[in-house]
Amino acid sequence: MSNDTFTYEARGQILIIHLPKELDHHNCRNLRYETDLLLAENYINKVIFDFSKTEFMDSSGIGVLLNRYKQMAGSGGKVAICGAGAQVKRILSMGGVCRLIKNFDTKEAAIAD
Amino acid sequence: MRLEMDSLSENEEFARVVVAVFLSRLNPTLEEIDDVKTAVSEAVTNAVIHGYGGGVGKIRILAAAEDREFTVEISDRGAGIADVKKAMEPMFTTDPSGERSGMGFSFMEAFMDQVEVISAPGQGTKVIMKKRIGA
Repeated sequence: MSNDTFTYEARGQILIIHLPKELDHHNCRNLRYETDLLLAENYINKVIFDFSKTEFMDSSGIGVLLNRYKQMAGSGGKVAICGAGAQVKRILSMGGVCRLIKNFDTKEAAIAD
Repeated sequence: MRLEMDSLSENEEFARVVVAVFLSRLNPTLEEIDDVKTAVSEAVTNAVIHGYGGGVGKIRILAAAEDREFTVEISDRGAGIADVKKAMEPMFTTDPSGERSGMGFSFMEAFMDQVEVISAPGQGTKVIMKKRIGA
């Protein structure tokens, strides 16, 4: 698994997006296109963003999360976050994401919710 | 420290890592390193996206460490910003896709002690940020 791209995992109607080590503008470029394609071709009612490999995130990551949240909320689906470390948690909270998207310690907890 | 690089998105990580390594001489905490890396990433990303209107130009980064005061200056010689005050408003973005949060300047201001933006149309943009390390 490469460190600077997204990888996707499907669990029934749940799409898990494993985020790269550095979640910045450069690494976010393809996410929109790829997730749009996946969401169009599959029935997905929950998207989980897995931050367990992510060591750095800036406001580019916030834009991606909020856009996916809007997209899923529009179709009645859910968005969750798991595995966020200290730096990521600070950015999420400053970006106002914590109020909108549930944060879980582990992927299993996010799936079970 | 002085660094000049092309305004390519793959240089964003390089820029913040170089600045973080330079910063390490002030013996910063991990949180202070993250703060500076995030602020630099935001300013460099702005320069990559907006500086040369989608084209490629040069981005210059200057950094200085004096006593415990860290200063970093990120500049381009590109399009410039007509209304700096508006550009710095939280959530302001020119991106129609919704993929950009418009929080770049807010993050710079949150993570650094001082942020100054000098810009005019056709004159490029210079962002000067200061942070006291070990405050």
